[in-house]
Amino acid sequence: MKCGNGGTSTPALKVRAGRQIEILGEDDVAIESSTRLLAEKLTAERETFLSQWVRTIGEDLQGRLSMAELGRELGELYEAILQALGTGGLDGRGERYGEVRSLLIELSRNRARQGFTPTETARSVFALKEVLEPSLTGDQEGARAYLQFARLLDDLGLLTTEAYVRTREEIISSQAEQLLELSTPVVKLWDGVVGVPLVGTLDSARTQVVMEKLLQTLVDSDSTQAIIDITGVPTVDTQVAQHLLKTVVAARMMGAQCTISGIRPQIAQTIVALGIEFGDIPTNASLADALRQAVAEVAKESENDARGLL
Amino acid sequence: MKDYGASATPAETVQVATSGDVVTARQMVRTLAQRGGLGLVHQTKLVTAASELGRNMLVYGGGGVVRAAALSDAGRSGIYVEFRDEGPGIPDVELALTDGWTSGNGMGLGLSGARRLVDEFDIASGPEGTTVRIVKWAR
Repeated sequence: MKCGNGGTSTPALKVRAGRQIEILGEDDVAIESSTRLLAEKLTAERETFLSQWVRTIGEDLQGRLSMAELGRELGELYEAILQALGTGGLDGRGERYGEVRSLLIELSRNRARQGFTPTETARSVFALKEVLEPSLTGDQEGARAYLQFARLLDDLGLLTTEAYVRTREEIISSQAEQLLELSTPVVKLWDGVVGVPLVGTLDSARTQVVMEKLLQTLVDSDSTQAIIDITGVPTVDTQVAQHLLKTVVAARMMGAQCTISGIRPQIAQTIVALGIEFGDIPTNASLADALRQAVAEVAKESENDARGLL
Repeated sequence: MKDYGASATPAETVQVATSGDVVTARQMVRTLAQRGGLGLVHQTKLVTAASELGRNMLVYGGGGVVRAAALSDAGRSGIYVEFRDEGPGIPDVELALTDGWTSGNGMGLGLSGARRLVDEFDIASGPEGTTVRIVKWAR
């Protein structure tokens, strides 16, 4: 957060390293003195501020986080803020606040994982304002410093929310991945018969998982019959149909017979209206029918084996 | 097709930018269809059409907005769904509506199939984007 450099206001001249002349706006000068004031205040009353800060947040969180841990977290944060203030500047996104930001991101990640709300997480930062308010707003200079510090804390508070959301998103996407694995089991239904009960939405990623698992299970279990059950798939559109057809063709290439079961009346009518043709791929209304046929096929094969025809 | 867009209020909208959004849009249409008293077959047909058109919008139009609302007209009730994108448009709408024709790697049945799945179907396409409007009546 960079404040404007004064625009039309009278610029103050500052001579640095002999020849270099920097023009600073009134705002910049004001920020410098505010920063100094803040750093002094925060150093002088470190113990009071810190314990008050820890207490305020401790009350908010109502014992869901141990005071010792909270004290350690906030203590580190306090030191980091103090250090950043000491080197000058109130730009929360600037280089000097790198340490503060990484501590805050760490804090937000922990809060998100432990199930705290984004409000509770952001409050960890905002509470410092309440702590500082009574001791700074006494005079005009203090009030100005307070406002500038509040602006910095607002920015840092937003940062915690950003980090919180990002962590939540990471959790969601890792769960989605786990769900992808979970929701596509390939089960052995009978000797020589494997089944894939599909539930939910069938997209390219899931089709890939299903296909890989099905083909591998066909080899591992030495099966010749595969049944894909789509009772749990609510919508069969052209994309789903195309994915199903590809899976069936791949299974066939490995010498397995593949049946699609669980075609409900409304799905059958929709597929016909869409104009999708399943060709010579056998389909069934229920998994039971498909299994009966598959078992009969397996029995026929073994009969042939027994007669010594093969 | 009659312009139901204005009378169909309040409308619910879903922004479609990823394939996950297509599922969200589909669920919205399904909920509306269930509330609107459509039978199971009609529901499934409408939802499937919404799925096709939503995905078309995403794949060929770069995403857009799905707007859906319950509708009543001349004693009938139904569901109105509108798909609006700001993509490059369809150069030849007649060709795109032909069974088996695809400019991508799909089955070429999405657009033509969706037209068969609903009761009213209207498509307007130009360089500023494509809008598809469909209506499914409850019977």
